[in-house]
Amino acid sequence: MSDSITMGGGKREFICIVCPVGCPLKAEGDGDAVKVTGNACPRGAVYGRQEYLRPMRVVTSNAAVQGGDRPLVSVKTSGEIEKARIPDALARIRGLIVSAPVEIGQILIDDLAGAPLVATAAVGKV
Amino acid sequence: MTGIRATDVAVIGAGPAGLAAAVAAVDKGANVLLLERDARPGGILQQCVHNGFGLHYFGEELTGPEYAARFAGEAARRADRVSFLPDTMALSLDSDRTITAVSPREGPLTIKPGAVVLAMGCRERARGALGIAGTRPAGVYTAGAAQRLVNLDGYLPGRRVVILGSGDIGLIMARRLTWEGAKVLMVCELMPYSSGLNRNIVQCLRDYDIPLYFNTTVSRVHGSERVEAVTVVKVDGKRQAIPGTERVVECDTLLLSVGLMPENELTRMAGIQLDPVTGGAVVDERRQTSLPGVFACGNVLQVHDLVDHVSREAEIAGRYAAGYAKAGTLPMPKLSVSAEGFTRYVVPQRISAEPEGMVDLYFRVGDAVKPARLTVRTADGKTILTRRKKAMTPGEMEHVKVDVSKLTGDVVVVTEAVGNV
Repeated sequence: MSDSITMGGGKREFICIVCPVGCPLKAEGDGDAVKVTGNACPRGAVYGRQEYLRPMRVVTSNAAVQGGDRPLVSVKTSGEIEKARIPDALARIRGLIVSAPVEIGQILIDDLAGAPLVATAAVGKV
Repeated sequence: MTGIRATDVAVIGAGPAGLAAAVAAVDKGANVLLLERDARPGGILQQCVHNGFGLHYFGEELTGPEYAARFAGEAARRADRVSFLPDTMALSLDSDRTITAVSPREGPLTIKPGAVVLAMGCRERARGALGIAGTRPAGVYTAGAAQRLVNLDGYLPGRRVVILGSGDIGLIMARRLTWEGAKVLMVCELMPYSSGLNRNIVQCLRDYDIPLYFNTTVSRVHGSERVEAVTVVKVDGKRQAIPGTERVVECDTLLLSVGLMPENELTRMAGIQLDPVTGGAVVDERRQTSLPGVFACGNVLQVHDLVDHVSREAEIAGRYAAGYAKAGTLPMPKLSVSAEGFTRYVVPQRISAEPEGMVDLYFRVGDAVKPARLTVRTADGKTILTRRKKAMTPGEMEHVKVDVSKLTGDVVVVTEAVGNV
């Protein structure tokens, strides 16, 4: 047992989201070694470990469009980004203005907290 | 100008159900008229900018607009067989399947189709359905209306928000509003459990420390011009307010995420039999309603939690609508399917005289059951299959595949609790 609690240390609890059972997980770590308990299946252990070490989320939002037939275009990070970086990512999306036309899948920001930001809808030019 | 339009299949609604039905009908050789009251196809998916759609159907996680675009693209590739009528409102459906519709471009339209697919979707329950006391200020929205304001129109509906109802739209909006700078104070849930997906409770509420209060409701709205506060109260096991537990929460916005109702005005006009539990039509395994040649699919038939299931259901309806349009007939219902135990309803409610192969029975339980035993049997006592499930909740639609060739009588889908957990 280490008594020095670092970023990845200590004991934390999660609800597993892998399936509808929603096992209450307990994860305890020492560096990269993470012990997950409370999981009824192996998938829960994988989820618990990831959630403990580095929780990741996809961010979806909207960006302003200039000269489009709609005022907004829906956007997403094309992969998961670190949960801790979501506020920064949202701030950058809020400052973004995209020129129409926008294609679905078009990259709007190359690197938004570790993943590209892409359009999830098409917007035509007026 | 009034014109009479003939077509093999008329599909009412171009959301996910209507689009998938139209594509499936074309692929079975039909010409399709696709009526949509909005300017664009996609339905409510257009405003569901979050991801999590398509895991079952496409094997990948898509956002709502992306999921809709896939099917809209498939329909567009069949443009020679699909006539898309945007801005078109279907006003009536007669028992001879004649549709009256109107649009700014076409004026009034009379459509005489060989078959009809009902794909009108559902509506949110609003404040009027709840009887919340108090004043009538601005700032009370259904969660879907708020979602439209934020995601399509670019307005933030409020700064300090209380959400009543922990259905998925409410949970998604809690995160969405938080991300746009609003403070979501709490989510109140009348029931002792959430009808929302577990994932949404974790990623939309817990991630942002938004409290979820069970057995709690909003009993009063305060404020003259704008919402100034709501009264929140605990309820007992009979969902009655417990005196003395009231507290006033200052806020400027109340979002309601308190359930969806299939939008069946046209269905009723045509005299089609409805299921009082689902609020949708009674259908057989081909999704044919009690009016021959009229089919129903998607949220107008039963409120789904996954759009993937909507698409599958719509493909069945579209396929057989094309078949009906060609042949002018389909086998009539022979057996009934009913719910027992914790099972609240089953769709389809009927099995036809000539079912083909395996049939998926979709159902929901009325209460959380952990663990559960599922039994499909015939009314004369023959067990067709049993399954053990670790957990079943009202928020997650279940389905079970049944070999219909084994059926000797009416079917009963039974869910029971097992063990003491």
